[in-house]
Amino acid sequence: MPPLLEVRGLHTEFRTGAGRVPAVDGISFAVEQGETVAIVGESGSGKSVSALSILRLVADPPGRITAGEILFDGRDLLGLGEEEMRQIRGRDIGMVFQEPMTSLNPVLTIGRQITETLEQHQGIDRPSADRRALELLDMVGIADAARRLKQYPHQLSGGMRQRVMIAVALACNPKLIIADEPTTALDVTIQAQILELMKSLSLRLNVALVVITHNLGVVARYAHRVNVMYAGRIVESGPADAIYHDPRHPYTIALLRSVPRLDRPRQARLDPVDGQPPDLTRLDGGCAFRPRCRFAVESCGQAVPPLAPAGEADHLSACFRSAELGAARNVAA
Amino acid sequence: MLEVRGLAMHFPISEGVVFSRKIGDVKAVDGVDFTIGRGETLGLVGESGCGKTTTGRCILRLERPTAGQILFDGQDVSSMERKDLVGLRRRMQVIFQDPYSSLNPRMKVGDIIAEPIKVHGVEPDAGRRRARVSELLSVCGLDPKFADRYPHEMSGGQRQRVGIARALALDPEFIVCDEAVSALDVSIQAQVVNLLEDLRERFNLTYLFIAHDLSVVRHLCQRVAVMYLGRIVEMADCDELFDNPLHPYTQALLSAVPIPDPRVEATRQFRPAPGEVPSPINPPSGCVFHPRCPMAVEECKRARPVLRELRPGHWVACSEVN
Repeated sequence: MPPLLEVRGLHTEFRTGAGRVPAVDGISFAVEQGETVAIVGESGSGKSVSALSILRLVADPPGRITAGEILFDGRDLLGLGEEEMRQIRGRDIGMVFQEPMTSLNPVLTIGRQITETLEQHQGIDRPSADRRALELLDMVGIADAARRLKQYPHQLSGGMRQRVMIAVALACNPKLIIADEPTTALDVTIQAQILELMKSLSLRLNVALVVITHNLGVVARYAHRVNVMYAGRIVESGPADAIYHDPRHPYTIALLRSVPRLDRPRQARLDPVDGQPPDLTRLDGGCAFRPRCRFAVESCGQAVPPLAPAGEADHLSACFRSAELGAARNVAA
Repeated sequence: MLEVRGLAMHFPISEGVVFSRKIGDVKAVDGVDFTIGRGETLGLVGESGCGKTTTGRCILRLERPTAGQILFDGQDVSSMERKDLVGLRRRMQVIFQDPYSSLNPRMKVGDIIAEPIKVHGVEPDAGRRRARVSELLSVCGLDPKFADRYPHEMSGGQRQRVGIARALALDPEFIVCDEAVSALDVSIQAQVVNLLEDLRERFNLTYLFIAHDLSVVRHLCQRVAVMYLGRIVEMADCDELFDNPLHPYTQALLSAVPIPDPRVEATRQFRPAPGEVPSPINPPSGCVFHPRCPMAVEECKRARPVLRELRPGHWVACSEVN
């Protein structure tokens, strides 16, 4: 069976005054039915633009998808018309964004935001939509759902709003939900609640999740597969356990080493990734991480290393020295 | 060096446009006591709205507290007049969270850093001021030629270094770091944490480190106070607090932090604290945490628990733990 979502060679670029910015520079990854896949990276790595590209929500101009295929359920989303795409968004693919206050409509009641989706996509009448909305709010753990349906977003707390976003995303029984930094704006105890909710719902309803985040802890808590992005490319991809315990790309290794961990003894000093993030308008023909890399050799400047098998099955790394890194992992991790 | 006693900051809420009348108070900080010794770093942690930032602002006297005393080197800061505050502000500085909004976009980096030196009239000579700016930039790990750049030409991590250089410009003794590394990317965060540690050692600085990221606080602080809804619920030496949290809120907070390791996460049991932080306008009676607390008993709804020293140096405001 082909995967539910398969992204192949996706390129998205922005034309700006400073030049052409290749925000997403040829990424490929797949998401199986019911699977949770994380895209991890820092600001400017292209993770959010990847998500927006899948949903065809990149503003044009200045953005443009210049190449690639996005196969969802057997169809190439890049070949669809705007009207067909509109049918897929919200029905087959749900969305949860970072800031629940700005992604909910402030002048519509909570109930209306949910029933609107249902009426648009499923053509059901108002009373059944209302019943379904009530059921959905219950499902995402909102107490006193009947009263909440009549309230407006500003009357709800941040955590509650994010639950509503999840309810909207789930309304039409989608096969896939794309969540862009779903818990970043939330406090840690609320984050834990939302993560638990998303995890249990995706299991129960067999929804696949693409989670975009910069938080390595969040990824460890619920991703099956992880794609690490740097400067618009996926530099490492594999099962979560392999990424954390047998990382094969120097950037992943450096990232994991730079975060202090509550479950380990205090270190004398943190071990940061040296240097600054790259300027995407000034990338050369070599590996983009090279200037910050402790393992860089001359060949790193001559060609961009392709994503190639490293370590166990399904584990890919875009580093010429990934095999050596595996041998040295005891030192690194 | 710093002693805070019974600090309270209530913001009035009023209603009506012409005849405005007070209808209540937001009790942002409601009776907070702590001390910070010279050279020490105290972490102040808690979730949004717990009053940690307001506490920092009161100490810097960016707010005039409603009640309580703030003794800085024996002097009560809380009731000082504006003109007396000038001298104080040379000794106390702040590093803000957002390196984008805390630097004036129309000023060159060099002028941003030189401004406090100019305002306080420390160095009237422009040439020597420039030399001092170069020195501060290199202390903070930036090339002195950045002085001629504008903030928008720099990355987030570099801007935060500029914010730190500005805070150091007057040779302060005490710095409030308000979420100073929270807005930075993971790879840059560690660089700035290390810089703060180096500076602490080099200039014998005292920090009040306000943050919500517990793993960073644990790394950087000697002592930690946990705040919830305007009150300190637990305070102890850093290792003691993280190894042996006693207050149910601290326990909930620690168990909520995801560990960046799937194997550890798979074996962890966590019960996220139910519910959400109540409104500080009308906080729950008795112990403010009781509606979310797994250990709460009838008594918790009535009496406000006081901070008790349960072990040497380990203070807990909970009547149910011993």
